[in-house]
Amino acid sequence: MDSFVNWSLLALSAPGWGGVLLQGFLRSIEIALGGYALGLLLGIGGAFGKLYGGPVLRDLLECYTTVVRAVPELVLILLLYYAGTDLLNQLLGLVAIGPVDISGLLAGIFVIGVVQGAYSTEVLRGAIKAVPAGQIEAARAFGMSPAKVVRRITLPAMLSHAIPGLANLWLIATKDTALLAVVGFAELTLVTRQAAGATKAYFLFFCAAGALYLALTLVSNLFIGVIERHARRGLVERR
Amino acid sequence: MSNETTHALALAPEDLPKAESFFKPHRIVLIVLFGALVTAIALFMRWDWLPRYLPRLGTGILVSLAMLFSTSILGFLLAVPLGLAQVTGPWFLKGPARLFCTVVRGTPLLLQLWLLYYGLGSLFPQFPAIRQSFLWPYLREAWPYGVAALTISFAAYEGEVMRGAFAGVPQGELEAARAYGMGRWTLFRRIWLPRAVHRALPTLTGETVLQLKSTPLVATITVVDVYAVISKVRQETYLTYEPLLLLALIYMCLTGLLVLAFRYFENRIPTRGA
Repeated sequence: MDSFVNWSLLALSAPGWGGVLLQGFLRSIEIALGGYALGLLLGIGGAFGKLYGGPVLRDLLECYTTVVRAVPELVLILLLYYAGTDLLNQLLGLVAIGPVDISGLLAGIFVIGVVQGAYSTEVLRGAIKAVPAGQIEAARAFGMSPAKVVRRITLPAMLSHAIPGLANLWLIATKDTALLAVVGFAELTLVTRQAAGATKAYFLFFCAAGALYLALTLVSNLFIGVIERHARRGLVERR
Repeated sequence: MSNETTHALALAPEDLPKAESFFKPHRIVLIVLFGALVTAIALFMRWDWLPRYLPRLGTGILVSLAMLFSTSILGFLLAVPLGLAQVTGPWFLKGPARLFCTVVRGTPLLLQLWLLYYGLGSLFPQFPAIRQSFLWPYLREAWPYGVAALTISFAAYEGEVMRGAFAGVPQGELEAARAYGMGRWTLFRRIWLPRAVHRALPTLTGETVLQLKSTPLVATITVVDVYAVISKVRQETYLTYEPLLLLALIYMCLTGLLVLAFRYFENRIPTRGA
């Protein structure tokens, strides 16, 4: 070895592990995107339930968000991973389809989505509460139906308040995917550990994976900046 | 990144219910249902393993708490200079401090932990100087790497918070202190730091809860905390849900206690108009 670092280990084709790493990276992004989208859906439902739902629904949602915010993600991931796949198989057994092998991808998206859902419920609830009540009353006074008020007024008006929180959640989603390594899902972190273990070049591979995650964060930050500027257009800058 | 959003993610003191708020008809029904669920879990699931593992669980909880408190305190001590450097430092301190925060916040903690443990852990034995130093008996263990990784992570997140807190202390207060003839160090110690910590306190609660939620990661590098004990139980008893449910309950209790403690401290600080 003539140089201190053996860069050929990162080569994209077979003897190098670069291709495997990139594949793991891709799966991490897939899970993060899927989990974030699911979390957003749960969050919108949860926020509206918490603000406009009946007392029982409100209490149940409060339990959901409190539990997720109090229990470590790692524990939740284990619980949901086993319980989720188990429950689904039992349900399928009841309707006589028989057990299916749930792909790790779907299970991962489900798990990250449930965790993200609780966080985005809180973020969106805060953002909806920040919309001036007069705007919503005005919409009602114009005779808009509740669904139309949500679509035309509440959701667009709350966006500028919600975007910093939602951006943070996206960054958390990308980093939470690393926890799936613990349940044996082959995303970037686990693949990195396997590559490092096989070649003993621990530093090289962990730093390479770190650079990939960091690149994802930095690129996301660029996009977030653009989206934020778009959502805040027409608002007076607070200085 | 904004400061208020990170702390929205963790449990905050105002999230815990007050005792008198439980006595509403629908809540009583819900509590009864919840009690029935807990009884069913206690009766129909297997808990006979519990007495055998109780002492080990106790030690595990202590290890988790030791991890939490040592890394939070060390991390906070690191965060103060990090925040200060980003607010007033010259460029050669400002740049590295910002870079440190960006890199640590941009990569998963699990990866950092494994980088330290497997990476440094595989590098250290190659140097005879390290093998013969007094540090070697510690460096062979797993926990120093866990403490290092958690400390670094806490310092980076809290450093960003402290940056905002230092910058947010009203200029007039600092000017008044200067007018009283305080030296730079006295001003920092008496005015700037206490005011910044006061401003950062709500966020600090959230960050500490998040830190508690990160501690189980050290189990992946063979530190025997409460999570590792539960994993051991799962391996030995072949039970899936019971140990995990207990673990979730333990963490919920720990988080609740932590949040209550912070609520107590926050209430003790006098604020005007509160």
